[in-house]
Amino acid sequence: MRKLKKTFTYIVLSVVSVISVFPLYWMISASTNNSTDILGGKLLPGTNLLINLQKLLEQQDVARAFGNSMCYSLTLSLISLIVCSIAGYGFEIYHDKAKDALMTILLLAMMVPFAATLIPLFKMFTTAKLQNTLLAYMLPTISTPFLIMLFRQSARSFPTEIIEAARIDGVGELRIFATMFVPTMKSTYAAAMTVVFMNAWNSYLWPKVIMMSDDSQTMPMLVANLSVGYSIDYGVLMLGVLICSLPTGILFLILQKSFANGIVGSVKG
Amino acid sequence: MSLLNKKLTVNQKQSLTGWIFLLPASILIFAMNFYPMLQAFILSFKKGIANNLEWGGISNYLRLLEDDVFWTSFWNNIFYLIIQVPIMLILAILLACLLNQKDLKFKALFRTAIFLPCCTALVSYSIIFKTLFSFDGYVNTILLELGLIDARINWLGQTETAKIIIIIALIWRWTGYNMVFFLSGLQNIDESLYEAATIDGAGPVRSFFSITIPLLRPTILLTTIMSINGTLQLFDESVNLTNGGPANSTLTMSHYIYKVSFEYSSQFGYAAALSYVIFIMVAVLSLIQMKVGDKR
Repeated sequence: MRKLKKTFTYIVLSVVSVISVFPLYWMISASTNNSTDILGGKLLPGTNLLINLQKLLEQQDVARAFGNSMCYSLTLSLISLIVCSIAGYGFEIYHDKAKDALMTILLLAMMVPFAATLIPLFKMFTTAKLQNTLLAYMLPTISTPFLIMLFRQSARSFPTEIIEAARIDGVGELRIFATMFVPTMKSTYAAAMTVVFMNAWNSYLWPKVIMMSDDSQTMPMLVANLSVGYSIDYGVLMLGVLICSLPTGILFLILQKSFANGIVGSVKG
Repeated sequence: MSLLNKKLTVNQKQSLTGWIFLLPASILIFAMNFYPMLQAFILSFKKGIANNLEWGGISNYLRLLEDDVFWTSFWNNIFYLIIQVPIMLILAILLACLLNQKDLKFKALFRTAIFLPCCTALVSYSIIFKTLFSFDGYVNTILLELGLIDARINWLGQTETAKIIIIIALIWRWTGYNMVFFLSGLQNIDESLYEAATIDGAGPVRSFFSITIPLLRPTILLTTIMSINGTLQLFDESVNLTNGGPANSTLTMSHYIYKVSFEYSSQFGYAAALSYVIFIMVAVLSLIQMKVGDKR
């Protein structure tokens, strides 16, 4: 009976794993084949990778889009982590009635769907003539209630004795945050970084609206452009999709341990 | 007296520091969420095209009631919500339970594999699924070879199958993500509870329903709210997988709002009215969830 249960577990997990990985494997293998082989159902990697790459680079300015996406996403993630973590810390460590009330109000922002703020934001940014700028890409999503809450939750587990002791030693408040809180909360920062970077890299609706010039095109937009048209070269398309997925994939594989730990911290509270 | 004064200022100083710390983030949320929300509300009472707007009273809301395309997109969202969210969350809980078994081998490998879909960009996975399920795509090829179908199926060109493909794609992309939340929730459950239950003669099914589910309640609440929120705001999949078609049968509300604002004739006022429907749905469903979830 026990043995049967074990076997069952392994079979289910294996099947689900294969289903999860197959489309990704297919994407990678397709990026090394030509369109005819792909449509013929070829599953094994081929030798067409360099030709696909050459065609992709001829059709689209991949370097520019990749560079843009990288620059926007990294800047957004870093600023977002700093702004939200210091806010979460501020809400918890210096909490009083007024600050708790403000936090409750901020949480309501979680219910605001992006579609509802899309048009006013679009009008705001076009009036300020900020289309196609890094600022327009970032500003709407730098500060999110989710991140503030994540850091507020982790500040709760930060021992107040440390803060008191540092204050007696005459350490400034900002330095306590930067030199004591930040280093101890590495896993929370890693989890937050994973989430924020993925969201920033993947964001599509807002850039589609506000980053209209070719010069500010991002990777998801480039890939979406590749997929429309009458004669799609699937090898080239899948290579584009692969390149677009690499940064988030690599980031996740590096940070996955801390990601899981950071999420544990946030759910526990 | 001067000592008290100084003490007070130290406290005040700390409180002030707190305000300075949390102010940038708070101002941003007010400026980028609440203020536009208010703007959208005002805008929803105006009619006209682009920036030539005039007061229109509730005409946008009346128009919305009779807009067939809007109602199609509305019911599409509801359909995705009712079918996809429960299947995905149940699957995520079951997988988390299987993965949480103590003496399981290759745990990290399975976990990584199941989480991996979440690393793909929304646009990317939409295109992968579009290609896999296209008329001359891999799924048709393999089904033909296996003899399961006689002729190629136009998966994305038929109303019913197109909807199902979107749901399959959503489940594929998001199950692993939710599973991670359940896994961390499970790790907080005390092992001895299960041992006690086993001693009392409770089987695994019984333990699952009377220990696992109740203790996972906060996580279930969190993931349900996130999923409802996400499903009601679906956009990338509708645009890139099916482009809303065939005949608007997979069009989502967000996609329709985008079309009304940026593809048709920039009817911002009407789009704002439409967006308030999503807002009210998200708000009402979240509040119900919180009410239900708070009962212990």
